Amino acid sequence: MLKVEHTQEPVEFSADLLSKFADKVSRYPEGKQKSALLPILHDVQAELGWLSPVAMDKVAAYLNIEPIEVYEVATFYTMYLLRPQGKYLLEVCRTGPCCLVGAEKIMDHLEQKLGVKEGEVTADGLFSWRGVECLAACGFGPVLQIGPEYTFYENLTPDSVDQLISDLTAKANN
Amino acid sequence: MARKLLLEHINVPGINTYDVYRSKGGYASVEKALKTLSPEDVVEEVKKSGLRGRGGAGFPTGMKWSFLAKPEGVARYLVCNADESEPGTFKDRYLMTYIPHLLIEGMIVASYALGAKVSYIYVRGEMMPQIRILEKAIAEAKNAGFLGKNILGTGYDLELYVQPGGGAYICGEETALLESLEGKRGNPRIKPPFPAIAGLYGCPTVVNNVESIAAVVPIINDGGDEYAKIGIGRSTGTKLISAGGNVKKPGVYEIDLGLPAEEFLYSDEYCGGIANGKRLKAVVAGGSSVPILPANLFLKTISNEARLMSYESLSDGGFATGTMMGSGGFIAFDEDQCIVRNTWNFTRFYSHESCGQCSPCREGTGWMEKVLHRLENGHGKMSDMDLLVDVSKKIEGNTICPLGDAAAWPVASAIRHFRDEFEWHVTNAATAVTRNYGIAHYADPLVIAEKAG
Repeated sequence: MLKVEHTQEPVEFSADLLSKFADKVSRYPEGKQKSALLPILHDVQAELGWLSPVAMDKVAAYLNIEPIEVYEVATFYTMYLLRPQGKYLLEVCRTGPCCLVGAEKIMDHLEQKLGVKEGEVTADGLFSWRGVECLAACGFGPVLQIGPEYTFYENLTPDSVDQLISDLTAKANN
Repeated sequence: MARKLLLEHINVPGINTYDVYRSKGGYASVEKALKTLSPEDVVEEVKKSGLRGRGGAGFPTGMKWSFLAKPEGVARYLVCNADESEPGTFKDRYLMTYIPHLLIEGMIVASYALGAKVSYIYVRGEMMPQIRILEKAIAEAKNAGFLGKNILGTGYDLELYVQPGGGAYICGEETALLESLEGKRGNPRIKPPFPAIAGLYGCPTVVNNVESIAAVVPIINDGGDEYAKIGIGRSTGTKLISAGGNVKKPGVYEIDLGLPAEEFLYSDEYCGGIANGKRLKAVVAGGSSVPILPANLFLKTISNEARLMSYESLSDGGFATGTMMGSGGFIAFDEDQCIVRNTWNFTRFYSHESCGQCSPCREGTGWMEKVLHRLENGHGKMSDMDLLVDVSKKIEGNTICPLGDAAAWPVASAIRHFRDEFEWHVTNAATAVTRNYGIAHYADPLVIAEKAG
């Protein structure tokens, strides 16, 4: 089951975010502004960390479409997060080619290291992790990505994962 | 060493910038096409080249272009499919990361040939770094007068935009991609009408893979006939192969089509053999959807001829003893890998990525995943293998889009070639959980079939 957070907390879109929306909408023919939905949802998620129902309703109003048109897209695509995650969501590729070179061990290691199961958030709110399907980096596996920049970390080993976690922890505490 | 058409300058420092790319002859094909060729001439060159779609289906690109409807007063679109998601494939990511201007250049020439004034590159959402790279490259090209209004003073206008996906394998299917680009769920459309008649916003549209578009650049620079001289038979030109799994040197290689498969896998110029001194057990030659082959059948066809990296040779023997070129996602399995576990993993992928529109795919992939999971975990039955084949046959061909086939083929082929390993998982259930079956006879020389008559 998809876990959705139903908070009604109000959301404000920044001026910067709204100018990104306008830039996106300008890329399509007149009346086809719905095409901007996926890019705009990425922008919202990059700013707010996840897509709350209120934020989705505001996107619907902006694009002049029904809220359900936003929900159906947000629930279909795996990148959209429907509940708050850790500050850093580590997404590890779990598909065949990465598993041939040890992705399953990396996920086991992450679970142990962070002390939380897939989809859960660490007590300090910094980390969560999940397995995702093929990230098209099969030659450099195991790999993980971290949004919203979707920076890639390749050829992972348990040691390099430890290093990454301590680097991110230091970065967050600075 | 083979001539490189796409990756010739890949190691030149700064080739991702406009200035360096241009100094290496970049954008010459735009100048040639827009100033000396008509759109029809460009289509003709691509037809002559014999280029076949590099995304997986292998449909002739020039022919696809010539199907594009051209009603008066209706916009036409070119959409580049950069939703690279087929497990085993990472060539498009590589190309966009290191030589983004090659794709932009190809997009301009192809858009000109098709009469598109606005074109989109649909990149999978996870490739945000590549999206940033492409947007920077587009800005540079526009600044240099290769995009925008009145390109090179020829009167041709073109705007090019990058569109991110949202994380869905299905959007690599061209009609699902168009739905997604319209801001909807990626549910494939029923064909006909084909996108060439009614695609994006109901307008005539061509959808091409990144590598197909990039190949247009050397085709226009050198001429279609020159391009067609490379390769073998109907497999013309060069192909990017993404080599992964247990090869010694994983990476993206540009090969002349027709290269012997054995040379590709074992020579130091390419994969360099199997890593850690192990032996080859099996190969998935064209991305996870194509039938898996045991080592012996990958290296030689059933008629005992050397297997070549070409569309025809890889499919020699049909699905009984052959496979497909697919997207060029080459995955090698060493002797320690478990075929049952891998088949379960791939099937979980398809089950996860099924859009849910068609019952055979939505339900069937889930059933296959559950049966394979129990086999892998020591709870399988001897009847499971026939059950899996039965389910796979009921998915194959019964769905709107090819995802159903793509899910069925790996299962059917794994059982076809590795049935004894599946049976071993049932008869040795306790052992199978902790230990793998090993290489068995899969690398043994082929039994030479007696000639009929």
